[in-house]
Amino acid sequence: MNLTLQVWRQPASAANGRFVTYQVRDVSPDMSFLEMLDVLNQQLILAGDEPIAFDHDCREGICGSCGMVIDGIAHGGQRATTACQLHMRHFKDGDQLTLEPWRASAFPIVKDLVVDRGAFDRIIQAGGYVSVSTGGVPDANAIPVPKESADRAMDAAACIGCGACVAACPNASAMLFTGAKVAHLGVLPQGQVERSRRVLAMVAQMDEEGFGGCTNIGECAAVCPKEIKLDVIAQLNRDLLRASLR
Amino acid sequence: MTTDTKTAPSIEVRRPLEFTDARLDARIPGGPVERKWEQRQFDVRLVNPTNKRRYTVIVVGSGLAGASASATLAELGYQVQTFCYQDSPRRAHSIAAQGGINAAKNYRNDGDSVFRLFYDTIKGGDFRAREANVYRLAQVSTQIIDQCVAQGVPFAREYGGLLDNRSFGGAQVSRTFYARGQTGQQLLLGAYQALSRQIELGKVQMFPRSEMLDLVLVDGRARGIVVRDMVTGTVRSYLADAVVLATGGYSNVFYLSTNAKGCNTSAIWRAHRRGAFFANPCYTQIHPTCIPVSGDYQSKLTLMSESLRNDGRVWVPLQAGDRRAPQAIPEHERDYFLERKYPSFGNLAPRDISSRAAKEACDAGRGVGPGGLGVYLDFADAIKRLSVPVIRERYGNLFDMYERITGEDPYSQPMRIYPAVHYTMGGLWVDYNLMSTIPGLFVVGEANFSDHGANRLGASALMQGLADGYFILPYTIGDYLVSNPLARITTDHAAFREAEAGVNQQVARLLAVGGDRTVDSFHRELGKIVWDDCGMARNDAGLRRALQRIPALRDEFWHRVRVPGSGASLNQELEKAGRVADFLELAELMCIDALHRTESCGGHFREESQTDDGEAKRDDANFSYVAAWEYSGDLDAPNLHREPLHFDSVKLQQRSYK
Ligand SMILES: Cc1cc2nc3c(=O)[nH]c(=O)nc-3n(C[C@H](O)[C@H](O)[C@H](O)COP(=O)(O)OP(=O)(O)OC[C@H]3O[C@@H](n4cnc5c(N)ncnc54)[C@H](O)[C@@H]3O)c2cc1C
Ligand code: SF4
Ligand code: FES
Repeated sequence: MNLTLQVWRQPASAANGRFVTYQVRDVSPDMSFLEMLDVLNQQLILAGDEPIAFDHDCREGICGSCGMVIDGIAHGGQRATTACQLHMRHFKDGDQLTLEPWRASAFPIVKDLVVDRGAFDRIIQAGGYVSVSTGGVPDANAIPVPKESADRAMDAAACIGCGACVAACPNASAMLFTGAKVAHLGVLPQGQVERSRRVLAMVAQMDEEGFGGCTNIGECAAVCPKEIKLDVIAQLNRDLLRASLR
Repeated sequence: MTTDTKTAPSIEVRRPLEFTDARLDARIPGGPVERKWEQRQFDVRLVNPTNKRRYTVIVVGSGLAGASASATLAELGYQVQTFCYQDSPRRAHSIAAQGGINAAKNYRNDGDSVFRLFYDTIKGGDFRAREANVYRLAQVSTQIIDQCVAQGVPFAREYGGLLDNRSFGGAQVSRTFYARGQTGQQLLLGAYQALSRQIELGKVQMFPRSEMLDLVLVDGRARGIVVRDMVTGTVRSYLADAVVLATGGYSNVFYLSTNAKGCNTSAIWRAHRRGAFFANPCYTQIHPTCIPVSGDYQSKLTLMSESLRNDGRVWVPLQAGDRRAPQAIPEHERDYFLERKYPSFGNLAPRDISSRAAKEACDAGRGVGPGGLGVYLDFADAIKRLSVPVIRERYGNLFDMYERITGEDPYSQPMRIYPAVHYTMGGLWVDYNLMSTIPGLFVVGEANFSDHGANRLGASALMQGLADGYFILPYTIGDYLVSNPLARITTDHAAFREAEAGVNQQVARLLAVGGDRTVDSFHRELGKIVWDDCGMARNDAGLRRALQRIPALRDEFWHRVRVPGSGASLNQELEKAGRVADFLELAELMCIDALHRTESCGGHFREESQTDDGEAKRDDANFSYVAAWEYSGDLDAPNLHREPLHFDSVKLQQRSYK
């Protein structure tokens, strides 16, 4: 199939960006979306142009590096699928697609489709952990954890930190990401001791980074490639309320 | 185009009669194997707690090995600087590990023990690993699980609330802990969170999007690194009292592998060029269960976790050229070749053996799918026995991934799988303290030549990375730091200036070629050479052919590569070009190593050395050693050093999984 792409090109953070149109020919339905961009980039290089910069690494939907807004939808609109796992069989000959980076003031553009998601790291640094040092911990089976809690913790811990939730939210809120970590640690016995301190610190950092507030629109969960549920936000709000009342 | 084709290098390996090489003293403690680690912990000189903050340690890499080492060193009081090439330390390639992590907990009461894990690992590695290291790894394994649970890693649990286990290839006990199909992710997030806590406390300075491009030696000791800031292009030096490389494996020399696209050899290769010996470079692992290649645009291969072999049955049609749909092939016209050849391990035979068996079936024309490069992994029986929901609970995310990539539904038709390059057992040589042949340069995780000998068992890499980072390196490094007072210098020292100039020159050189071929086209071509002649099976003629083609391709690269853009900003082609330049050098060393080792062992299968029924045949009389290669300044002629392997606690035997 043949496609027309309108791609956001921006040489650097401080530079102005614009859309540039490209034709991609002979796209195989078995290609991944990023492989289709690889093919385009090879052509651009040989034609003397600069290839389109985009983040990627594992190409298995687990590292959270990739991410772009494809025709207005973060990661392209296939349920539970990152851009790297999106395959061209979901598109058809003649399609016109626009490709944009995540847009949020907390995620400055680095180049083309690459953004700086350092704000997510700083939210975790503020308190997204259990404060145990190496050594001197109890035997792994000393504290039984109900299977149901372990499963719920795992559901939330599956977040890959891609940032699609922020990109999809009209307020550029990071509540789904932050809520996922709060919920993961909050349902496990190991996370109880610091539960209040954790949620206060992480939410404070989230605000400081310039992410917007949550108005329950739910776009975040709709695009989340790991299907993190909105209930992690409810959990975050409950924990926050409880911690602030203390 | 100019390519001066070189003549084949002569690889006459000198065989010293004496097996002593002072530079390969592994410094293994004395005493019985089960007491050695305790002995070493007692013998090492300790650093006074208040003095620790005077020492700076550089850690390159934030995967399981690097993140756990950074966090633990910082907790102990050292100043740590950690580097990774991704935009966040959480994205290191360890994140992609699916299946699980081994530990000798014996929670199932099925006869597991430290000794059994040790034995399985030595045997799985085909008796080409160092006993003392492997025993320590098995000992430390139990602490890892305790640590991860305390961090909040959500391992799978049973209804009673205790931890669940599964079995993995090469073992007859259930000792693998897992977190759905995302064990690596959860373990890495645990280590990343411990690291984040130390960053917040100001004990670790984190440098993401930073690529190490050289190692700096002063007075023969590792004192720092040269790094390119991948966003601004700035080349800068960092000074420390010791350097730790935790930069992962080099499977991407094959271009197509299950590794993340950015995985590279540059950090360890540049250290090798500075004097660190490279051990067993030809030991690479081909994983039996990956999704087959679909076209020539293919950018990477996707692993289907080996845990699938717990319930999936591997088969091909009995008749060559049988093109019927799998469901149309009756039971008696199928060959469940692993069950047939290895009745006691069946579908759980070790990786090297399973991969070769699949290749054999395909070579005999019995492969399935496009190009006949695939075998079936069939869940029909398991679904009948256990039901779809149980299979979904166990493997749901893997089945989903398979369907996303292939467009086929594995619940209703068998998966197609084929072996793919997955892991590199070779790496920089290290002693028992994990120090390389360069004093002050430590190597942890997949980057070192590790504890896996010639073949790694499933679920043992995560174990090794975390053992190195949480429990071994943080203690052995202290001994080096107190025992070796270092000169007070700054990064103005001539050695740093020289290394920076070298990095800047290389960047300028790559940008200046202005040729007519892309970096990827060279990388693909190199990968094909190495896969064909130094892949699943190797022979003398093929390796000699590769040794002619690789230097020629390297030469062509430097005349014809095209790297667009500038060095002064984010330039992904430039990053790739630097990595491919290093792969083009490493590939030659791999082939030299593979050519010199005329025996078969584990993942290194020399066609000339097989048993009557086609299994790998070791040659213990001549090859029971670690081959550690020294860079001589001439890529054609590295110097071989040999560390003899002694087996006191296990008996050497021909490996059998029948
Ligand atoms: C798909 C897949 C599945 C796997 N599943 C399992 C499993 O189930 N069980 C198991 O035990 N093992 C598994 N493995 C193997 C295991 O995941 C790896 O061996 C292990 O995670 C390697 O960890 P590491 O810390 O050594 O390196 P990595 O996790 O690869 O980390 C390397 C780090 O080094 C950094 N780096 C690299 N080069 C540079 C440079 N030049 N400059 C700066 N930084 C650099 C990177 O940024 C990264 O942070 C799997 C591997 C793959 C590919
Ligand atoms: S919550 Fe979902 S969308 Fe947001 S960062 Fe995590 S995985 Fe990505
Ligand atoms: S590249 Fe890793 S999630 Fe897409």
